[in-house]
This record gives sequence, C-alpha cells and structure tokens, in this order.
Amino acid sequence: MVEIIFGYFAITILIISLLVVTSRNPVHSVLWMLLLFFHVAGIYLLLNAEFLAATQIIVYAGAILVLFLFTIMLLDLREEMQIQRFTRGWPAGLLISTGVLIVLITGLKGFKTTFVGQWDIKEIEEATHTKALGKVLFTEYLLPFEIASLVLLIAILGAVVLAKKKLKT
Amino acid sequence: MDWASLIRPLLPEIIMITLALLIIILELFIHRKETIAMFSIATIAITAYFIPDSMGETFGGMFISDGYSIFFKYIFFINLILTVLVSIKYLKIERSEFGEYYVLILFSTVGMMIMASAGDLIVLYLGLELMALSTYVLAGFIRHSTRSNEAALKYFLLGAFSSAIILFGISLIYALSGTTLIYELPEKIEASANATPLLIALIFLIAAFGFKVALVPFHVWTPDVYEGAPTSVTAFMSVGPKAAGFAALGRVFIVGLTPTVIQWQWIFIVLSIATMAVGNIVAIQQRNIKRMLAYSSIAHAGYAMLGIVAYSPEGVSAMMNYLLIYTFMNIGAFAVVIMLRSEEFAGEDLDEYKGFAKKHPFVAAVMLLFMFSLTGIPPTAGFIGKFYLFKALVENNLTWLAVVAVIFSVISAYFYLRVVMYMYMYESEKEVPSLSLSPALGLALFITVVYVIVIGVYPSPLLNFVRVVSL
Repeated sequence: MVEIIFGYFAITILIISLLVVTSRNPVHSVLWMLLLFFHVAGIYLLLNAEFLAATQIIVYAGAILVLFLFTIMLLDLREEMQIQRFTRGWPAGLLISTGVLIVLITGLKGFKTTFVGQWDIKEIEEATHTKALGKVLFTEYLLPFEIASLVLLIAILGAVVLAKKKLKT
Repeated sequence: MDWASLIRPLLPEIIMITLALLIIILELFIHRKETIAMFSIATIAITAYFIPDSMGETFGGMFISDGYSIFFKYIFFINLILTVLVSIKYLKIERSEFGEYYVLILFSTVGMMIMASAGDLIVLYLGLELMALSTYVLAGFIRHSTRSNEAALKYFLLGAFSSAIILFGISLIYALSGTTLIYELPEKIEASANATPLLIALIFLIAAFGFKVALVPFHVWTPDVYEGAPTSVTAFMSVGPKAAGFAALGRVFIVGLTPTVIQWQWIFIVLSIATMAVGNIVAIQQRNIKRMLAYSSIAHAGYAMLGIVAYSPEGVSAMMNYLLIYTFMNIGAFAVVIMLRSEEFAGEDLDEYKGFAKKHPFVAAVMLLFMFSLTGIPPTAGFIGKFYLFKALVENNLTWLAVVAVIFSVISAYFYLRVVMYMYMYESEKEVPSLSLSPALGLALFITVVYVIVIGVYPSPLLNFVRVVSL
C-alpha cells in the first residue's frame, strides 16, 4: 500500500516538475509549482515528518509562491510568452543530468538507509515528529540553527539596504 | 558539559556578532560614517583579542577552533581592516555612504570565520551562505550604478545555483556515510564500495567550492562581478571569500575525504592547470584594470590550489602562506586603483595609467612593487609565496606540475609588467588626474607595502608559524 502511494507521489512530482519548466505561461508554471509543493509535502508525510509537511505547505505554498506571483505581476506576460523557454544548450544539460541520474541509480546500493542518533522510526512515532525535531534542533543542532537566524538577519538587512531611499542624487 | 567550555571556542564569533549588531543600532544616531568605520575596526581588534584563548572544539565537533582556523581568521581580519580603510573615501566619491556597508562586511567575515572553523558540513554550508549573502548585497551597493546592480544580480543567481549544488553534494555524502561531521567522514566512507556515487558527490562539492574560489570552469561570473562591483568590495571579495573557500576545501578534502584522494587529486590537478591557463592568458587581453585583476585573481586561485593538490602538510601550509601574502599584495593593488578614482575620473582603463610615474612617483613605485609581487619577483612577498608552493609540489613528486605553474607565472609577467610600462614609459596625451588621497587609504597602502617587503625579505617567522598550524 505504502509503495503505491509513494509511487503516485513520485511519478506525479516528476510529471509536474516537467510541466513547471515547460509551460509557456509563467502563471501556469507557478500554479503547477503549487501542486508540486503539495505533493512534496505528501512525501514528507510518508516519511513520518508531519512537521516538515506542514512547513512545506505554509512556507513554500503560502509565502514563497505568493512572492513568485507578485514577481509575475511585474512581468509583461504577453511578451514573456513569446520568449523561448529554453536556451540553445538544453540538450547538453539534459545529457549531463541523465548521466548523473544513471550513475546515481547504479550506485543506489551504496546509500545507507539506516539512521544515526537516538531517534529511530518507532521513537519518532511515539514522540511525534515535531517534538523530535524540536529536541534535536535545540540541543545537538543549536549552532546551525543560530547561524541560520543570522542568515535571515542579513537577508532583512540586505533588502533594506538595497531598497531604501537614496542618500543623495 | 558546562557552559564555559561549550561557549569558549565560539567566543570570538559571539563577541563579533554582538558588536556588529550594536553597530546597526549606533548607525541610526551617528551620522559621520568614518566613526562607524572606526567602530568596525575596533570590533575586529576586540575579537582578535579573544582569538588566542578560543582553542578547542564545541557542539560535538561541529565547530573547531584550532591553529588552522585561527590562521585563516587572522587573514579575514586583515582583509576586513584593509577593506574598511580603503572604503571610507571611496564610498563618499561613489555617493553610497551607508553605515550598513561596514555591518555587512563584518557579517560576511563572521560567515568566513564559521567556514574556517566548521567541523560539520551543515555548519560549513550555513557559514558559506552567511558570507555569500552579505557579499551579494555588497556587490550591488552602488545602487544608482547599473553596472553594480548587474554584478550583484549575476553573482546572486549563480551563487544560488552553487548553493544548491553544494547542498546536493552534502546530501549525497550524508547518504553514503551517515554523518555530516568532517572528522568522522574518513572512517565512515567506504571509498572502494561506492566509487561512482562518491565521485558524483565529490564533483558536486568541487563545483560549488570551485565557484566560490573562482576555479576554471566555474569562474565565468568573476570578471563581470569584479568589474561591476564597487572597487573596495572587489578588493574584499577577491581575498576573503577565496581564502574562506580554501580553508573549507582544505578541511573537507584533506581531512574529511582522505579516503578518496586518488579520485579528487587528478580533478584538482586538471582544474588548477586550467585555472592558471585561463586566468593568465585571458588577462593579457584586458584593458580594464579591474578586469585584469579579476583574471589575475582567478590565476592566483589556481596557484593556491596547488597547495591542496600536493596533499601534504607542507602543501597546506604553503597554501595558507600564499593566501596571506596574496591578501596584502592584492588589496594593495586595489588600493592604488581606488586612489585613481575621483569625482570625474573612473581610473579603470589601462590608458589612464600613462605618464602616471611622472606626476605621482611615489604611488607609481608602490604599484610597481605590487605588480612585481603578484608576478612573483624577489625580493617581494609574492616570490616567497610561490616558492614554497612549488617546493611543496616538488617534494611530493609533482615536479612537472611545478614546471607548468612556473611557465604560467612567466606568462603573467606580461600583463603585470605592462601596467608598470604604461606608468613609466608612456607619456600621457591628456593631463594625469590628481589622486584622491585620505589618511585611511594612506595607512592601508603603508601596511600592505610594509608587509609585502617584510615578508619578502624576512619570511621565516611566518613560515614557522604556518608550519605549526597546518592541518
């Protein structure tokens, strides 16, 4: 059963991703992307990661996508739809990524499917993923967490610097 | 574990972040931006005071403060101080005098420090992102200049790609080893069992780091961004992120990925030869001095890479030594370029250096010194840097590579010495413009000149130091 659900999500994600990059109309691309985010959230749910699934929907579908739509509002859609979707070098890109894909598939056995640390599936199911993530994030991974907060601060500062009124003309 | 030992290795970074945040607030009340600049230098002084005391590791090996990282942190501090000194007057001329400039430079430096100290790939990535995000904004700091905007946008888009690539590489490494701690990697990676996926992971990591330190073929952004960004930021970018990238490269590849040395060594050999070739040969065609210095900085990344290729403690210490020397000579050269920038004069085209020596003999002599040092002519520091890099190669049976590198150094003499030729041997058709001097710029020039000469003549204290702190 789980395999069928996973298969549905995996295949749909692939198809939708193709639609995102090939749609001529940017608005369609963004809407496909919305669907994509929901399906990725579905994969997270299958992995017992309900917190990530919720964040995926709130942050990506909620915040980032709205930002994208705002950006598209600034475009000239009619002109945009005339533009070639891909640059001329796209076959080379396809070739390289297919090569990478094949190499990764042949090397699949090498990937470790075990977990590290105290949190195995059973314990996460018992304690809920949100709690497990919170515990790890604020103990073991406190340092990366704090650095990430600095990165966000710089994002705000940078936006202010680049958008604030001119000093002199 | 008690609090003191948990915090101690991180103390310099924490102090620096706190003071940088304080500067954001002070910036509201202080209108003389020179004062803000002085505050940022004071911040560095205070942070540097806590550095020697910070030895140790914390957060389960995620953050390591050892001799290696401390040496790089000093490079970042020197880079920051010199950049601040050359910026003060320049920002005024460019009419972009915002206090945030200094805050961003400080945070970018914090990111570099985290990269140099990272014992964990996630911490490394976040440090890299902190550094890069600040530099993107700095590259676009002259908002009314389209060139600067273009540089920032290009840097940002390509930088975002390289971030995605490094994350993919890290996730593959994690999938193969089950750990992100760099010091645990050697025992957890089974090099022979997973040769192909590991190679892909290596290529991803190399591509992303190659982007940061501008290795060919990941260098395409460099000339455009270096040319378009404010010159003071170009000076900062051409040293800091590069040194931080090499610090991370050294730790990840020489410590973490030792089991795969056979795989990555030849990739690095090919990349460093390509980098030296493209950097030095394309620089010959450049008429814009900032573009020329951009290609020269690409070439120097190729030289510094040789230290990692050598795969030995001597190689790493030669690389560290080289990066410190490069800091002084490169920022010195940029300081001279900044001096030429005045209200109505860009000072970027090579023709504008004609007849320079007659009007400004002293500054021309200083530029001559930096050009000699960048070429690697004794008795300047550049010679010492290159000498020990090539020596490390020869000691590790890569004599042919050292010969190749020397050939490229000879080629580089053409475009470095051409600047000297323009300054000394040509008469100017137009009037030679006056310099925009300031005490801070003079001080920066003084520091760089002194170190380029002192390290060139008396290098043994530095050499002994890098020998001790090498990986």
